[in-house]
Amino acid sequence: MIAPYHLEREQKSAQLLDKLNDLTKWHIGNCSDYMAMLEKSGALQQASSLEEVPYLPVQLFKLLDLKSISQEEVVKILTSSGTTGQQVSKIYLDKETSASQTKTLVEVMKPLLGSKRLPMIILDTKSVLKDRKSFSARGAGILGFSNFGRKHFYALNDDMSLDVEGLQAYLKEFEGQKILLFGFTFMIWQYVYKEAVARGLEIDFGDSILIHGGGWKKLKDEAVDSLTFNRLLNQQLGIREVHNYYGMVEQVGSIFVECSMGHLHTPSYADVIIRNPITFEPIPYGEQGLIQVLSELPKSYPGHSLLTEDLGTIHGEDDCPCGWKGKYFSVAGRIPKAELRGCSDTFQGGTK
Amino acid sequence: MTNEEKLREIFVEALGIDINQVTEDLAYNTIPEWDSIAHMALIAEIDDQFDTMLDTDDVLDMSTFAKAKEILVKYDVEF
Repeated sequence: MIAPYHLEREQKSAQLLDKLNDLTKWHIGNCSDYMAMLEKSGALQQASSLEEVPYLPVQLFKLLDLKSISQEEVVKILTSSGTTGQQVSKIYLDKETSASQTKTLVEVMKPLLGSKRLPMIILDTKSVLKDRKSFSARGAGILGFSNFGRKHFYALNDDMSLDVEGLQAYLKEFEGQKILLFGFTFMIWQYVYKEAVARGLEIDFGDSILIHGGGWKKLKDEAVDSLTFNRLLNQQLGIREVHNYYGMVEQVGSIFVECSMGHLHTPSYADVIIRNPITFEPIPYGEQGLIQVLSELPKSYPGHSLLTEDLGTIHGEDDCPCGWKGKYFSVAGRIPKAELRGCSDTFQGGTK
Repeated sequence: MTNEEKLREIFVEALGIDINQVTEDLAYNTIPEWDSIAHMALIAEIDDQFDTMLDTDDVLDMSTFAKAKEILVKYDVEF
């Protein structure tokens, strides 16, 4: 069985629960805002099931600077992309959490990418990495995935135009080799795919594997779903293997990548729970609701259990035809903003 | 130039630091110059100069100057 998709329900939830309970205690002891919130809400500090682990709404990181380390220990700050509002989340990492984040990403992707570094094309611009200490979601993603690649090539110029000549030269140089492509769903769609169509470019990415993430929000407006996306990218760019992933800067370690069957999978150190958007009660597999994410990594800030603003459905556990264990699920998109206002107001009012 | 000197030179160039800073226990993320972005440049330079193709795990493991030598030995670089 292939790690980290090797543990079955019983063993996984027991291991994960122990680690999450330890984290809850750690954050209570090291983050006074977190302690205050837990006390106020009367949440259990020692959960007896994953469903009982107290969770914070993910938007909270836009309102509060939450960390369980001193300012001096911060080595990296991650910020959310902030496309929908002015405020961005700030996530503070120390050496330990930053290192375990990098390591986990490698473990999660290894079953797909192997351990040999591949020639890598980043479907983005190099300028997202300008700041050396503070990284946007895009920058953090690029940096993390860069460990799988060598001879990194950025396909977009700083003005977001496609570097066609550079791209073609690169593809020629590595012809016949498996190439890793990485980028963000919307950027690929807008600045690579559409550009190729508009200019009638015939590019063949050959034996490549594309890993992409970042959400479907903008593509949904254009009625592009993942099947359409994969089909068009194959047609126009000759990209044959595509894996989407779901993750967010607010929870390091939660990278859920599509298996060969196109299902997002939970690795052994992270999990998802689907909750009713009104009552917040956990709901059965097969029903759509709000996604809660759990991860044993966040130690430098209290982000080990978060309720997201995304809707999703768990389709099963331990029995995906791909052979990987763990829950497998799909994401339908964001919940409409209006429904959300109530709860973020409550949390804002309740914590300060 | 010995491989040791060559590696030291690569650290100086890729991280933009002084040669005196390249000690055996110089460690990743302990000086501002050796951050995750510089690490990419460092790995690329090592691959180029020693004609290696480091595995992903070794990229992550290369956390000190001493460790870099230890890893390169696996790729038949002698120190």
